[in-house]
Amino acid sequence: MEWFARLGRSTLEISAGLGRAAYLLVGALFAKPQLKNIPLTIKQIYVVGVQSLLIIVVSGAFIGMVMALQGYTVLVDYGAEESLGPMVALSLLRELGPVVTALLFAGRAGSALTAEIGLMKATEQLSSLEMMAVDPLRRVIAPRLWAGIIAMPMLAVIFSAVGILGGQAVGVDWLGVDAGSYWSVMQASVEFEKDVGNGIIKSLVFAFIVTWIAVYKGYDSIPTSEGISKATTETVVYSSLAVLGVDFVLTALMFGTH
Amino acid sequence: MEDLVSVNNLTFSRGQRVIYQDISLRLAKGKTTAIMGPSGIGKTTLLKLIGGQLRPDSGDIVFKGESIPKMRRSRLFEVRRHMSMLFQSGALFTDMTVFDNVAFPLREHTRLSEELIRLLVLMKLQAVGLRGAADMLPSELSGGMARRAALARAIALDPELIMYDEPFAGQDPISMGVLVKLIKELNNALNLTSVVVTHDVTEVMSIADYVYILADKKIIGEGTPEQIRAHESPMVQQFLLGRADGPVPFHFPAQNLEQQLLERR
Ligand SMILES: Nc1ncnc2c1ncn2[C@@H]1O[C@H](COP(=O)(O)OP(=O)(O)O)[C@@H](O)[C@H]1O
Ligand SMILES: [Mg+2]
Repeated sequence: MEWFARLGRSTLEISAGLGRAAYLLVGALFAKPQLKNIPLTIKQIYVVGVQSLLIIVVSGAFIGMVMALQGYTVLVDYGAEESLGPMVALSLLRELGPVVTALLFAGRAGSALTAEIGLMKATEQLSSLEMMAVDPLRRVIAPRLWAGIIAMPMLAVIFSAVGILGGQAVGVDWLGVDAGSYWSVMQASVEFEKDVGNGIIKSLVFAFIVTWIAVYKGYDSIPTSEGISKATTETVVYSSLAVLGVDFVLTALMFGTH
Repeated sequence: MEDLVSVNNLTFSRGQRVIYQDISLRLAKGKTTAIMGPSGIGKTTLLKLIGGQLRPDSGDIVFKGESIPKMRRSRLFEVRRHMSMLFQSGALFTDMTVFDNVAFPLREHTRLSEELIRLLVLMKLQAVGLRGAADMLPSELSGGMARRAALARAIALDPELIMYDEPFAGQDPISMGVLVKLIKELNNALNLTSVVVTHDVTEVMSIADYVYILADKKIIGEGTPEQIRAHESPMVQQFLLGRADGPVPFHFPAQNLEQQLLERR
């Protein structure tokens, strides 16, 4: 009986939370666009995008290198090492680029967004904006949300590109796969719309999810040091899980039926 | 005398806990009203109710003849340009210099040229004695300076009502004196209506025209500072003299001590 009451209570709490998250999204994204917000958004793209660049480039390079190494040992047994190029490229463009970028972004930029907004709440900056007749959803949340949505797909593309170069470094320069076949077989089998396009769509969806969770968790945090640290952790955990779950659904929709 | 704000039969609770039970008070135009009460009684909450950030469960809050809780959001935002609040922490934007903080409301709500804004900001900073700190970041200011910078920002748009949330808390005696003087001067020079929420009795008694004392969800005493000093209620006297125990209990309600100590878990 008690278990049942608890289930009911947490269902209510979760629905109320989803309602608040939706309210925040509508208030931030569907508000009248303001010219003033453009420089703020550009500044945030710099903050979340440029500062995540290093971790994205380094991870992309290593993942491409590992893929080439693993792929080569399997493919060479079948004498199919000229397929290394498409194998590396397709896994990066379709899966690893968008997913790993989203996970790294959640840890690097998402957690920082949550902590920043939570601290703005704790130091009454959000309240004081509101008392100055400035809507914090438009002023603080909207530029950060847009910046995440714009920056992450670009980061994912960079991740895949660096990964393919990393794959070349290991596959071609080290293991001796023919450079011509690495690139030409890759070009022949990667379809722009299906592989590159769908990868970008995936990463747009992930960008939206991760940034939304990050700003919501900050805005909704309990304004104490404990509350903010909890919100920051939740951002990383929830957005990572959401990305992995949604990735499965998107992959099934995009590549599941041949 | 005309009232800028009147709070009528206000009731407000946070979850199960009642913060205010049917209180009424008025802020006379051009005067300084003090609202005193112990910490956690709901003083900040009251200011947020007046500013329309919270809605009462029942009762009304009237600002210049208009009901704040009944306003539409867009109208509330218009009205808020005529009021401002000095937050307990100052609430300066940490990513902007002092200058940009003070310029913020001007840039946001007026179409003044940058030159004019610069002039206005420097004048406001001069008024609080921080013209020399214009290019500093909030993190480089002392507590008292931060509060004065926030005060310059609060008066940037020449509001009609200014609400001070514990302006003296955590200040050294000198900055406290400076703030007392500033609040008094600003109120006279700009013809502001001020509300000062505080638990610092002596400071506020010297600047207030009218005083309300809050305890236990209600107003337990009101009047001019002289009337308050001579107030016959023992609760008011306990608060003024800062006695630890009296009608307002030192102990938060709890069960009998002996019983709890002997109780087996
Ligand atoms: N956001 C909130 N959610 C729930 N309770 C709150 C919140 N803010 C304040 N309270 C509670 O309301 C009461 C009054 O708070 P407050 O107005 O800040 O008191 P004061 O300013 O007089 O110290 C406190 O007991 C506090 O715990
Ligand atoms: Mg308070």
